[in-house]
Amino acid sequence: MIVVQSAIHPAGDHATITSGLFSLFLGVTGFFFLLVLLFLGWAIWRKDRGSAEDRKLRVSVAGWAALITLGLFGLTLGSYFADRSLAFVGGGQAPIKIKMTAQQWWWEVEYQSDDPSRTIITANELHLPLGRPAEIQLEADDVIHSLWIPNLAGKQDLIPGRTTDMAVLPRHLGHYRAQCAEFCGLQHAHMALDVLVETPAQFAAWRSRSLQAAPAPTTAEQKRGYAILTGQCSGCHAISGTPAFGTVGPDLTHVASRASLAAGELPNIRIWLERWIADPQGVKPGSHMPRVPLSAADIRAAAAYLETLR
Amino acid sequence: MSRTDGPDFTGPALHEMLARTWSDAPGLWGWITTVDHKRVGRRYIVTAFVFLGLGGILALLMRLQLATPDSGLISADRYNQIFSMHGTTMMFLFAVPVMEAMAIYLIPLMMGTRQIAFPRLNAFSYWIYLFGGCFLWIAFVLNIGPEAGWFSYVPLAGPEYSPGKRTDVWAQLITFTEVAALAGAIELITTILKQRAPGMSLNRMPLFAWSILVTSFMIIFAMPAVMLASSFLISDRLVGTQFYNPTEGGDALLWQHLFWFFGHPEVYIIFIPAVGFVSQITETFTRREVFGYPLMVLAVVSIGLMAFGLWVHHMFATGLPRVGYSFYTAASMMIALPGGVQIFCWIASIWSGRPRWETPLLWVIAFIITFVMGGLTGVMVASVPLDLQLHDSYFVVAHFHYVLIGGAVFPLLGAVTYWFPKFTGRMMAEPLGKWNVALAFIAFHLTFFPMHITGLLGMPRRVYTYPAGAGWDTLNLLSSIGAFVFAASLLLFIGNAVTSLRNGRMAGANPWDAASLEWLPSSPPPTYNFAHIPRVESRTPLWDGEPAVIPGLRTDKRELLVTTGVDALPDIRDASAPPNGWPLFAAIATTIMFTGSIFTPWAVVWGAALMAPPLILWFWPHDPLEPKPEQGDE
Repeated sequence: MIVVQSAIHPAGDHATITSGLFSLFLGVTGFFFLLVLLFLGWAIWRKDRGSAEDRKLRVSVAGWAALITLGLFGLTLGSYFADRSLAFVGGGQAPIKIKMTAQQWWWEVEYQSDDPSRTIITANELHLPLGRPAEIQLEADDVIHSLWIPNLAGKQDLIPGRTTDMAVLPRHLGHYRAQCAEFCGLQHAHMALDVLVETPAQFAAWRSRSLQAAPAPTTAEQKRGYAILTGQCSGCHAISGTPAFGTVGPDLTHVASRASLAAGELPNIRIWLERWIADPQGVKPGSHMPRVPLSAADIRAAAAYLETLR
Repeated sequence: MSRTDGPDFTGPALHEMLARTWSDAPGLWGWITTVDHKRVGRRYIVTAFVFLGLGGILALLMRLQLATPDSGLISADRYNQIFSMHGTTMMFLFAVPVMEAMAIYLIPLMMGTRQIAFPRLNAFSYWIYLFGGCFLWIAFVLNIGPEAGWFSYVPLAGPEYSPGKRTDVWAQLITFTEVAALAGAIELITTILKQRAPGMSLNRMPLFAWSILVTSFMIIFAMPAVMLASSFLISDRLVGTQFYNPTEGGDALLWQHLFWFFGHPEVYIIFIPAVGFVSQITETFTRREVFGYPLMVLAVVSIGLMAFGLWVHHMFATGLPRVGYSFYTAASMMIALPGGVQIFCWIASIWSGRPRWETPLLWVIAFIITFVMGGLTGVMVASVPLDLQLHDSYFVVAHFHYVLIGGAVFPLLGAVTYWFPKFTGRMMAEPLGKWNVALAFIAFHLTFFPMHITGLLGMPRRVYTYPAGAGWDTLNLLSSIGAFVFAASLLLFIGNAVTSLRNGRMAGANPWDAASLEWLPSSPPPTYNFAHIPRVESRTPLWDGEPAVIPGLRTDKRELLVTTGVDALPDIRDASAPPNGWPLFAAIATTIMFTGSIFTPWAVVWGAALMAPPLILWFWPHDPLEPKPEQGDE
């Protein structure tokens, strides 16, 4: 089984360091637990019970306290050095810069560039090139959220009114799952995102594809869908190259290329796409996507157009 | 006629006189006006166990939902209310109150005094607690129960993201329980410091008294932080202040600092009394004084102090400065030292004593194993880099259930078994009790051990459902099965207690041959606890033979012996307030004010007017030297 959401199957430098630190802690605490069990077992099953042994015990308790202090000292040091090495991961390499904004209950992802025309905005997916550090600036629009990509790094909260950041350095290709880790309301359970670690070539291809505007609709059904998307849907969603400029919901310019829908809840296939448009409150109760009154044909048309947005 | 307070006034005549002086009114009126710490303590304990049952049912509902992936059994909205209610009920209506309740019953007896200090405040504390709990649960049934977690992080709990009354109910419940807890803490501190039996200097106090003393001081220092925090919250919600609103210059993290400044000590407020239970049980069943008395006292005091320096370890993921991280990591780990020393002292007592394997001691063994595991995972989450992975995952859920159930509930069940004969006059059934320990221990670990792994495998907390195929399915199912078995073991315990009330073996004054003063009077003790105040010569007074007594307290009036703070030398005689209905009426008025204030701020104004009459009449001055025995004073 491929473990796509696990802190003990590291796929990046940060998670490797914390996973190693966990092994150290497990070893040391396991040793102390064993000592306690041994002493307890001896205390329970001891045969010859003498008297006036408190002097012996006084010496032992001093030794025990010293041992605990030593163990704690070692673990604190281990923790400190792990913290240091986390801070220096990927030093020297130019990171790619990403800004993520969390909101109830999805993630906006912005790939930043010195050239504003090369900025990419997407949602609920994080494409990362293998072996190159990424610096993610984190903000929240409404309540506190927390970004946790366990295979890559520990979590970091996103707090309204503050900017925090997080760094990752992926070392294994793969498709991982990340999830909000701070309770953020009704659909906290359905606030995930896809993390795709790609080869530099794949990543560059994705990046250039993502810079393109949406293609024009060709079939009659697609055209009908285009009218709906740039009409009823445009209050909330943006599709680059069209009159849809909404910023409330996720950018849909390349929605068909994403792995999932509704922040990791649904597989991105036609049947789910249609259901999601038809009844967002049934699929994800409380979601801020309203149920737009559309006929069945309208829904099919909208989905047909969205499927062209690769 | 000879004096009725002299040493030669003994026998049935004395008991009759004292019983008359200390009795409650008959019937229902007596039941509601009583200020007897034993009656109040008993109902406090029973009420807390009722809330344990209610919180437990919520836990089972959550485990039903999480038994399978993508379950549609419980809606997101209902689930969020359920886990918020579970945490709120367990922390505020069960764990803290039940520890205070045990102390309210036991401490005056252990100290060798006839009544708790401020008995009417004690009655008031119980009523406020009861009404607060009912207020929360009635709101939950009416679908306005809390929904933002037991921690109510802003802005989620603020006016914009939690509209409606749900979070107001939560914030006001905090006010209820904190008033009750603070009142209890003040009574207990006063009783411990000023009403000890003559000769029971501080260094002869039972370890349970030390742990309650430290706990009560912690309550006094910790609770104001959360009252402040929840008052800010409710005024943000009710009158439009902006304490927590970042867009208006407020700060979302301020809440977390204030909440955890209370919330972390809270954990030790629950755990330290359990340390006291374990020490008393260990002493009795190993037939020796607990090894390392001064170490145990130092450990409890240092845990109490250190607990206030650790709150930031709940906030490692918020992005605070790295220097702070190292400090809080070191401080959080340091608390393992006194914890480890305590564990050593208990095991050393068993090792060097002559253990009797009665059920309470078995609970202690279950406690030691489970609590040490929870403590060690606590060392893990104290490390910042590790915590960034473990925080808010199921690993943390496992960790704190190990420390709270393993560290506090197991000792509590041991304590109930141990003091049950004192409370009721009868023993709990055996060998059922021993099977009960085994079942609870196994079921507990079946429930919570897998959660360590689910957490490491990336499952976050507080999710109402999870997708299939992430490797979490089997582990969650195991946890759910374990939860039901664990619930069955608790039911078995309650069943044993209830049937033993009628059918249990008669206990006698000191069925376990224990050493502390609460075992001196009959079981259950008479209303006045002690006919004559005993004199204490050591840490284990009842093992020294029949204690000498100090006569001289009035028998025709409720009177207590007040002793000096350190050496417990007899100081003055003081009157103790007789039963009275005003605490109940004051509690009713307070409840009306608190409840009204979630609907309108004006309730604070007219509610204060409503509270004034019962409080004035409660505190109406009486001449303490007035000779009529019916007259009260306080």
